[in-house]
This record gives sequence, structure tokens and C-alpha cells, in this order.
Amino acid sequence: MDDGLRNELSKQGVVVVKLEELYNWGRKNSVWPLSFGLACCAIEMMAASMARYDLARFGAEVFRPSPRQADLMIVAGTVTKKMAPQVVRLYNQMPEPKYVIAMGACAISGGPFKQGYNVLKGIDRYIPVDVHIPGCPPRPEALIHAFMTLQRKIDAQKVFGPDRAHYFDASKPSEFPVPLFGEHDLVPPKNPNVWEPAVVVR
Amino acid sequence: METLEQTKARAEAAVPGAQLSVVKNDSPSAQHSLLVDVEHAYAVAKFLRDDPQLRLDYCSNVTGVDFLDAELSEKVKVKKVVDGVEKEVEEVKKTKRAGYLEAVYHLYSMSLKHGPVILRQRTPGRADLVKVTSLTPLWRSCEFQEREVFDLYGVLFDGHPDLRRILMWDGFKDYPMRKDYVEPDDYEYEPTPHDEVLEKAKAHQAAQEVKA
Repeated sequence: MDDGLRNELSKQGVVVVKLEELYNWGRKNSVWPLSFGLACCAIEMMAASMARYDLARFGAEVFRPSPRQADLMIVAGTVTKKMAPQVVRLYNQMPEPKYVIAMGACAISGGPFKQGYNVLKGIDRYIPVDVHIPGCPPRPEALIHAFMTLQRKIDAQKVFGPDRAHYFDASKPSEFPVPLFGEHDLVPPKNPNVWEPAVVVR
Repeated sequence: METLEQTKARAEAAVPGAQLSVVKNDSPSAQHSLLVDVEHAYAVAKFLRDDPQLRLDYCSNVTGVDFLDAELSEKVKVKKVVDGVEKEVEEVKKTKRAGYLEAVYHLYSMSLKHGPVILRQRTPGRADLVKVTSLTPLWRSCEFQEREVFDLYGVLFDGHPDLRRILMWDGFKDYPMRKDYVEPDDYEYEPTPHDEVLEKAKAHQAAQEVKA
């Protein structure tokens, strides 16, 4: 159906949408985050969900305490090496389709603790991250921006056809191996199927 | 509050055999501390807590310090005959000092409102699992902090009720706050390295090229 006809119909009170659009429209406006915070970024996340910034405007006010009911994991704060297996395990327990926002300098790269002995250098070493937000901590506006970016991403996902979203493909992984506590570091220190160091050209 | 020298003298009188010494702090803060031998640490600490003049009933902080093997250089004035004339010449005298670990306790008195008195215990060496005396039976607040010192410095506390790692996981082998700690080589992605990180990133790169 071309846009002209659709426009004409909508003037007459007949709304025509594709099933895919309806499906994505519903999904993107009811993204339920998993309620967990790891450090000071979590305070900003709480602020974003409260009255002043009101994440409810974007349909994401329902923070779920169980990963089984959540669509979105906001990794808000420093991921220590002792905590990383639990974060990966929580991600594995979430049902598809699921999304991850890495919030703040620590969650995306280790941040100010990058050279420490007990901080993971970014949660994207173990699980796929959809949106990275820099900042230390990012303001609630930045989290809202990440949210809208994620909504745009959900909106663009295909339901039918060969290029449809990965979670329809049974051969694509939806769970990722949980790292083990080693003698000197986590084993393995990164998941090469998820993360490869970017090539820095100098 | 009495001076540290007075405290030392009274503690020595109260605990026969205790070897105490005052460690001077030359910085403007001038927080001198009391070094106690490991064997009598418990008795001396008990004296500090129960003595009516001191009543140090609160241990606010326990921490570890790592001293590596070091060569100390000291300037000494020596009389020497130079060209037939006796002169005073400065010479640098070098002495070797074996490394050691310390557990440092900051003690305050809540009832008498004074403090801190700083108490140190020194281990004989830096080899793994070196022992000092736990003061947890005297101050409950030491419990977690002594566990932390054990976790990060590898100092064993004799008489601690529950000496396990507290921050790192069980099965972790290193003591990360020691000065000779070698961290895992995860410098594969350093977009803006400088100083120490630059060196480590370069070392990582070189190791990767050798492997390839």
C-alpha cells in the first residue's frame, strides 16, 4: 500500500498498518527494564524513572525484579569481576527479545577503574550490548536518549523475511557462557564470539 | 591526652616482655605510631583498650602496608684526611633492608573523646602467609577489615574467627595490593594509552606479535 492511499484512508478514520509495525510499536512502548543497579549510575537510573524525568512517558516505568519478566537490562554501574558472572547469568535468564543498555563509563569500558585489578573492562566482553551511554554518571537525559535510540532500533527490526531479527533465528545464541572464577582472572577473560578488540589505527 | 612516649612506657610496664617502639612520622601531620611485636600485640592492645586513662574503645580503621626489599641510603659525615688536611666529608652509607608487611590499627576513644593512637604490627618478611595477631577479639570492628588486609595483602591474622577472602573470590591466588602484584594481561584495547598504560599496551602488542 502506498503512503498516499494510506493517508487518504486515515483521513476517513480507517487506520491501516502492517502487522510488523503494530508489533514493533507495541514492543517499543512497553520495554520493561530489569531493576538492578551496580553503582552510582543506578541513582541516575532511579532519577530517570521518577517524576521529574518520568521514564513512564516512554513506556518503561515498570521495573521488574525478576529477569523472567524483563525485556531490557540496564547495566548501571561498575561491573566488578566478582559480579560479572551474575550479570551474565541474569542476562541468560531473560526471555527473548532482550536488549542491553550499558550505562556509564564503567559499564562500557571499566571507566576510572579500568586499570584496577577487580573491574571488568566493559560488560560487552561477555554479552551483546545494544546501546552504550558514556558519562560518569550519565544524566537522566542521556539515559532517556539511550532509550529513544533503543526504541528506534526496535522499530527497525524486521519480523518477516530473510533479514528478520536475530531472536527469530533458533541457531543464533540467546544465552552466553558464564565466566568462571579463575586463579588470577575470570576464565575466559572475554567471549571472543561477542567481543573483539577494535583495531586502533595510529 | 598523654604523649605516645608516655603511653609506650606505661604499656611496657603493664605488659612485661613487650617490645614497643615509636615509629616517627616526619610529615606535618606528625602522626607517630606505636610498633608492637606480634607476640605481645594482643596484651598491649588489651591494655590500650582497658586502661582508664586511655580507654581506646573504638578501632576505626585497619589497613595493610607493603614495604618491598629496599636499599636505604643515608648521608653520614665522616672525618677524612684529604691532601694531608683533615676534613669533614659527606659519605652516602647504603644499607639493605628486607621487605615486610604491616597491619596498622587506628584506635580512638569514644568515652574519653581522644585519639587516634596508631598501632602497628610488622611481619618478619614478605613471604606468603605471614602471621600477625588478630585484634578482632578486642574490637569487633576489626573483623571485616582484617579480612580485607588478608585478602589484599596476604597477611594472616592469628586468632581471627573467620579469616576468608572478602572482596576477591575464594580460589583467587594473588594479593592485589602488594607492590609486586602482576595483573592479568588484558591490555588488548587501549584507545588512548599514556604513561604506564602505554608501556603495558606496547608489551601486550609485542607479545601478540610473537604469538602470531
